[in-house]
Amino acid sequence: MKAAAFNYQRANSVQEVIQLLGKYGDNAKLMAGGQSLLPSLNMRLSNPQILIDLQNIAELKGITQTDQVVRVGAMTTHTEIENSPIIQQHLPILSEAVPHIAHRAIRNLGTWGGSCVYGDPAAEWPACAVALNGVMVIQGAQGERRVLAKDFFLDLYTTALEPNEILVATEFNLSAATNKHYFEELSRRHGDYAATGIVCQVELKQDVVIDSRIVYFSVASTPLMALGVQESLKGKNIQSLISPEFLSSAIQMAKSEIATLADLTNSAQMKTHLVGVLLERALKHIAH
Amino acid sequence: MNKPSELPILAPVTNEQRYIGSSEPRHGAKRLTEGQGKYIDDLQLPRMVHVVYWRSPVAHMRIKKIHKDSVLSMPGVVAVIDGKELSQICKPWVATLSHLVGMKSAPQHALAVDRACWQGEPVVAVVAKTRAQAEDALPHLQVDWEELPAILDMHAALDPNQTLIHSELGDNICFKRSLNVGDVDTQFSQAAVVAEATFKFGRHTGVTLEPRSQIAHFSADGRLTVYHSQQAPHMMQDLYCRQFDLIESDVRVVCYDVGGSFGIKVHAYPDDFATVGISMMLKRPVKFVADRLESYLSDIHAREHVIKGRIAASKEGEILAFEIDDLTGIGPYSMFPRTSAIEGNQVVNLVGGPYKHQHYRANLNVVFQNKTPTCQYRGVGHPIACAVTEGLVDLASRKLGMDPLEFRKRNVIPDDAYPYTGASGIKLEALSHEQCLAKIEDLMDYPSLLAEQKSLREKGIYRGIGFAALIELTNPSPAFYGIGGARIASQDGATIRMDPTGVITVSVSVGEQGQGAEGIFAQIAADAVGVSIHQVRVRTGDTDTIPYGGGTWASRGAGIGGEAVLLAGMALRENILKIAGAMLQIDSSQLNVKNGKVVDRLTQQEKIPLSEVGRVGYYRTDTLPRDLHAELTVTRHYSQKDYPFIFTNGVQASYVEVDVHTGFVKLLKHWAVEDCGRVINPMLVDEQMRGAIVQGIGGALFEECLYDSQGQMINGNMADYLVPMASEMPDIEVAHVQTPTKSSLLGAKGAGEAGTAGAPGAVVNAINDAIAPFGVHNFDQPVTPEKLLRTLGKIS
Amino acid sequence: MNTTSISMTLNGQLIHAEVEPRQHLVDFIREDQNLTGSHLGCEQGACGACTVKVNGQIVRGCLVLAVQANGANVQTIEGLTADGVYKDLQQAFLQFNALQCGFCTSGMLLAGAELIETKPHATRSEIREWISGNYCRCTGYQAIVDAIAHVLEERQSNLK
Repeated sequence: MKAAAFNYQRANSVQEVIQLLGKYGDNAKLMAGGQSLLPSLNMRLSNPQILIDLQNIAELKGITQTDQVVRVGAMTTHTEIENSPIIQQHLPILSEAVPHIAHRAIRNLGTWGGSCVYGDPAAEWPACAVALNGVMVIQGAQGERRVLAKDFFLDLYTTALEPNEILVATEFNLSAATNKHYFEELSRRHGDYAATGIVCQVELKQDVVIDSRIVYFSVASTPLMALGVQESLKGKNIQSLISPEFLSSAIQMAKSEIATLADLTNSAQMKTHLVGVLLERALKHIAH
Repeated sequence: MNKPSELPILAPVTNEQRYIGSSEPRHGAKRLTEGQGKYIDDLQLPRMVHVVYWRSPVAHMRIKKIHKDSVLSMPGVVAVIDGKELSQICKPWVATLSHLVGMKSAPQHALAVDRACWQGEPVVAVVAKTRAQAEDALPHLQVDWEELPAILDMHAALDPNQTLIHSELGDNICFKRSLNVGDVDTQFSQAAVVAEATFKFGRHTGVTLEPRSQIAHFSADGRLTVYHSQQAPHMMQDLYCRQFDLIESDVRVVCYDVGGSFGIKVHAYPDDFATVGISMMLKRPVKFVADRLESYLSDIHAREHVIKGRIAASKEGEILAFEIDDLTGIGPYSMFPRTSAIEGNQVVNLVGGPYKHQHYRANLNVVFQNKTPTCQYRGVGHPIACAVTEGLVDLASRKLGMDPLEFRKRNVIPDDAYPYTGASGIKLEALSHEQCLAKIEDLMDYPSLLAEQKSLREKGIYRGIGFAALIELTNPSPAFYGIGGARIASQDGATIRMDPTGVITVSVSVGEQGQGAEGIFAQIAADAVGVSIHQVRVRTGDTDTIPYGGGTWASRGAGIGGEAVLLAGMALRENILKIAGAMLQIDSSQLNVKNGKVVDRLTQQEKIPLSEVGRVGYYRTDTLPRDLHAELTVTRHYSQKDYPFIFTNGVQASYVEVDVHTGFVKLLKHWAVEDCGRVINPMLVDEQMRGAIVQGIGGALFEECLYDSQGQMINGNMADYLVPMASEMPDIEVAHVQTPTKSSLLGAKGAGEAGTAGAPGAVVNAINDAIAPFGVHNFDQPVTPEKLLRTLGKIS
Repeated sequence: MNTTSISMTLNGQLIHAEVEPRQHLVDFIREDQNLTGSHLGCEQGACGACTVKVNGQIVRGCLVLAVQANGANVQTIEGLTADGVYKDLQQAFLQFNALQCGFCTSGMLLAGAELIETKPHATRSEIREWISGNYCRCTGYQAIVDAIAHVLEERQSNLK
């Protein structure tokens, strides 16, 4: 279908974006890569009065590292993340996840910030942001504020962004601990929305777990952390994670604490079952 | 990398055979790699307008009032036309065939009048200068309607107490058929082994990458020209004449490049007629291109069946009988003009096809539903019949404890038994099941796979091997449609012309949709006449310039179109030699045409080039004998008259790995041995096989049109309706056996659909072989991870 | 109809046009510029038939607005044909019969070219993964994979 008519403006700075959002309110949509926005416009599922294009705003671009903080600008494309040596070295979980995001032509334009703000439960980046304890850097009329990734994704397509705010970047504090990670997504076709996916980041000190984030995506309205499982990992020696008793209880716990919701073709029971399968795979991988 | 399969050499069919049998690349395809294709949406005509259709948003409604005024004043809008207006110039139709005895359907209009009977049925046309303007206007069209109860379940459609979609028909049954051969009850009661299962097939659709596209242009001189992405231009010409009271010589249908068809584009859609009617009313070109969301709702669907099947076998491993009960749901109307009962009818004809059992019973109910109309889609009943047959065969072999390939070898019709009439009454000219089974065993290295499967099972990795033997009807005679009263030609023609300089042009009534029809016609013409393929041009698709014929369907292009080209080319060669003989004062029987020159037949000595024959034949007829008749333009038509259909046969094998924890299936490899008679171009046939196999895999694992309880399609877009993409598809090895048909000189049978016929059966059998250690099986297509997990008892 | 002025380099030529903001890049290229080698299959970014290049990268032309491409360098099959990696791929496609109806072909060629340029050692399964965003209904994909693999192999052996 052809999109309904709208106006278009390119903003040149974050300040200008905030002003425009103030002026147009709900009638405006910010356009990052446009890879989720344009399909919905082409299918006439959404009907904004004006699109505000962020492509020219230098402040939103780039991946930088300062000491122990890696900052990913909101307008960084998926391909830029894929090609980034900083990411490969310090946040390899993102490098592993990125080939699963749609397909190359979409990755060339789609952005980190666009994906996070869209809040699609099947998206990889929100789950990765939570797993890496990312900090969402937000700008609004009142200035800058920061929200932990785990507090950012509130509901289906809903984040903690207030009206007239824009996500500027996500920052990751690199931990000094030894990190092990696991990423897997189960989808019937490469690049599709997953039936269920898992992103795990485990921090170890001399083979003992000091912290972890075990995050599921494509299971409900937002990424979900297996808090109970994370607790049960704390202080455990990494080898004990794959003892049959521990595995069995961890899987049981994950399946009961992750409240799955059905999607178009996968029932909640299916997702719950896969929650357990993926946890087992994650723990076995991390223990080796 | 797979090279085109290496074929044994058959006796040549032409004097010098340079091209027939070789993998000549398609010279006409180069421009498609350069972005120089000409698809209907690429065309812009002066004063052209665009139509979008307001389509019923619900499964069943009574149309009350259509308020046009607010739309007519919108920017760019040129007209708003409803069903009543259109019915003044376009007649309704009823799609039945008289040889499907008792078949019934209701009259259907180009735009719905009074009622719309499926979500997506076109009701009102909004015409504007641009597509975007027409779409802008569409939401402003106010249609008052009242929702009616819908029949959405096939079993409900059978229930006489349910609402009738068309009260005048008395029930919701389009067609019923029962077949009872031999003594099935005795066989089942006495058999050592009986196996049964219920087979489900999810409704799915073709998803041609180029959507249905059409430009209708009715001009001031009373001529209708329709540019159409279509497979059967003469059929459409005939229908436009009948529905709009025109004559053939005033109707031209032109097909240019077609971006995939597979049967989706061989049917006559209500919006086809509506677009033409609008052009007649407005007297300007009207373009209709279905957008993708619209395609899902309005393209024909296919293959919605629930089949209960049984097989009986002796303890020695002889198949004694098959029995099926097939319930299939179509749309609320049988589709025009080929009808929607053909698919179910073919299932009845084809179950058990490869085997030599004598006892068979089948019961068929084809019922109406308030869902998108269904009709013939690549394979038409074969994928269903094959999956049922081969699934039952595997169940029986498992019960017998016999290897499934061995079981098949024992039961296929022997290669020396032909001609043979199958249990369902189908007449088989000459098949090669035994050779094909032997060949596939070798091709796939079956013993190694078995050994690998065994050792991996011990490690908890579950791989499966599945077979599907198949038959496939091709080269149909009028038995398919003609005898039922449909004005669909089963004959085709080729006009071949030598121009003065010796170049050849062939116009053929079978067209090109990517399978390489034009390529093989060039190969045949070049060999038939005796010229280089670079001297040959092929023209198809335009009813103004091609002979009258049937077009592309039922895998007939090579066998029937190709034969017409061969006959015409050979006749042209004879005429060339008559003229040359007169010029040289030698009897033409001592001459031959080779590489564009007239040569001595025995010594190969070159005598004169074709250009000399052309010069004299066209410009110096004063120098030729008075009584010499030798035209340099020749037309020949061919119709297959020996059998109702020329059947082909083949066998496929699938090797899969099932992750029993997630239910995900990985396709490791696929093999196909196919006997389609004389292979004219091995590379093109192999690629047809591969494409068809992947299309079949789509239905087996991925594709289904999903409906909610209100009859709304819930996954009608390309993110949610899953078509096979490259990552999940296996490499496919293809080999051939060649048993030429004697019904033609060329000996070519068809090959376009066999891949789709066998792939689902082979893949589902492989999956069931993989999970056999768990004592369970699943015959519910598409076989999704969730269904497998339920079958395995991992989720309840 | 509100329109805005844009300019871009299209297949090496600087062009100026008036477009509605809502018009996507492929519609602009096909209808305003009469370059019909890029096709529309879904308009939701799922099929890849509309693949074009913007600023040197493949994109879904239906998921880019013409106004977004204001000031950009846009290339389509018509501008890329018969040159360098495109020429090699086109020849390979014909040799392996990696196209039938041709509707997906321009998208497949552009995707294949970007693979060859970014992953010269791509394996067969990497090729399949790379083109998994381009829908082909006719070929079943194997011949396309063969053609791309052939060009990769040729280039590797030319380096030796």
